[in-house]
Amino acid sequence: MFRNQYDTDVTTWSPAGRLFQVEYAMEAVKQGSAAIGLRSKTHVVLACVNKASSELSSHQKKIFKVDDHIGVAIAGLTADGRVLSRYMRNECINYSFTYESPLPVGRLVVQLADKAQVCTQRSWKRPYGVGLLVVGLDELGAHLYYNCPSGNYFEYQAFAIGSRSQAAKTYLERRFENFTDSSREDLIKDALISVRETLQGEKLKSSICTVAVVGIGEAFHILDQETVQQLIDAFEIVGEDEPPVPEVGDAEADQAEAAAPAAEEGAAPMDI
Amino acid sequence: MTKQRANWSPYDNNGGSCVAIAGADYCVIAADTRMSTGYNILSREYSKITKLADKCLMASSGFQADVKALQKHLAARHLIYQHQHNKQMSCPAMGQLLSNTLYYKRFFPYYSFNVLGGLDSEGKGCVYTYDAVGSYERVGYSSQGSGSTLIMPFLDNQLKSPSPLLLPAQDAVTPLSETEAVDLVKTVFASATERDIYTGDKLEIVVVNAEGIRREYMDLRKD
Repeated sequence: MFRNQYDTDVTTWSPAGRLFQVEYAMEAVKQGSAAIGLRSKTHVVLACVNKASSELSSHQKKIFKVDDHIGVAIAGLTADGRVLSRYMRNECINYSFTYESPLPVGRLVVQLADKAQVCTQRSWKRPYGVGLLVVGLDELGAHLYYNCPSGNYFEYQAFAIGSRSQAAKTYLERRFENFTDSSREDLIKDALISVRETLQGEKLKSSICTVAVVGIGEAFHILDQETVQQLIDAFEIVGEDEPPVPEVGDAEADQAEAAAPAAEEGAAPMDI
Repeated sequence: MTKQRANWSPYDNNGGSCVAIAGADYCVIAADTRMSTGYNILSREYSKITKLADKCLMASSGFQADVKALQKHLAARHLIYQHQHNKQMSCPAMGQLLSNTLYYKRFFPYYSFNVLGGLDSEGKGCVYTYDAVGSYERVGYSSQGSGSTLIMPFLDNQLKSPSPLLLPAQDAVTPLSETEAVDLVKTVFASATERDIYTGDKLEIVVVNAEGIRREYMDLRKD
């Protein structure tokens, strides 16, 4: 994408019928670190790569609990994401206050999408620079949605956003038909493998990823680092169904033992 | 020309009594389960006690519609607090929030007479007692509601701590054991039920301690 004379305002159409500012906002999502979501009939899993600006700083928070039955992972301008999470939390609280029942996810994503659309049609605003993977439960089961800065939203079986998300999407496309009947554990394993796909050779450790789960009978919560590390170790030692490169698989098995104690030292000093 | 008076009131009194007693490492909160209006009974099994946070409960008597609205409001505020601070509200924090919430409606008050009970951040029992517009105080024990005029003097007799002006300084917390406190509550309600027509049916007792929250019921006279 190159600069042109139609991209200054969000309220200016290009002759080809495009709103460049909105498209630039979607670029911002692609620059953020990866976030992945997958769902089965009964559970949804979110996983994301934590990027810290330096070893001294803490990680950006990318997964937010919105309500017991709804959670969200963001990619892009995390400040925008934080503000939208606060909006989502308020909507859930107000809905349950009035109706004494949980806000259906489908309703929430529409409200979010409408909110995003407003920013694409006001000259004094800019679009939100964040993509949201909204996961939640309602009476019909588990859902995963993607909300775009454009104001569009889509429901997915599995999806990935952010930088190098294409690698994760390729993996998910190969495997998504099995997800509906996956067990909770297999779903989490697939999420972690997808995260590893986006890492391009960097070792997968619990300190660089965050995993959250919501399911029937299980409120939305973020898994703690120890649990995540155990899950990683479990499938790396055994070797997964589709190892990316066999030699790398063996080398990882050797390093797995050394990696386990190192993982704690490698964890960010200011882990929130 | 006589002054015109309102032909309806936004308030009603649903009666009932509440008590809370703080111990060294526990807190007992109790209330009867009778809900009435005028000389009629609306329910013999209505709970006046609600859990606001992990270790913080509130018992309220007065106008139950206002009580319910107040409980919902505090629950929503607690959710927001948890999202922002990633932890539960402590009992003293909830105490202040309740006071502010009540005063917010200073000029159309919640007709709700509350006692807040739970554990403070050190794990010691704490009880806060309120009036309808948010004036509150941390105490070792308290009662509110229709039976409070009968209950409070008895609690004073059994539990009142020596004057704070005396030396050596003494704790505001009562030196009762948990079982003694529960027995005291049962005695106190049985007595109040005898003479207060709005108190009776069943007694709900909730005990908060380090292990968690325990609920107990006792039958009271149904007349």
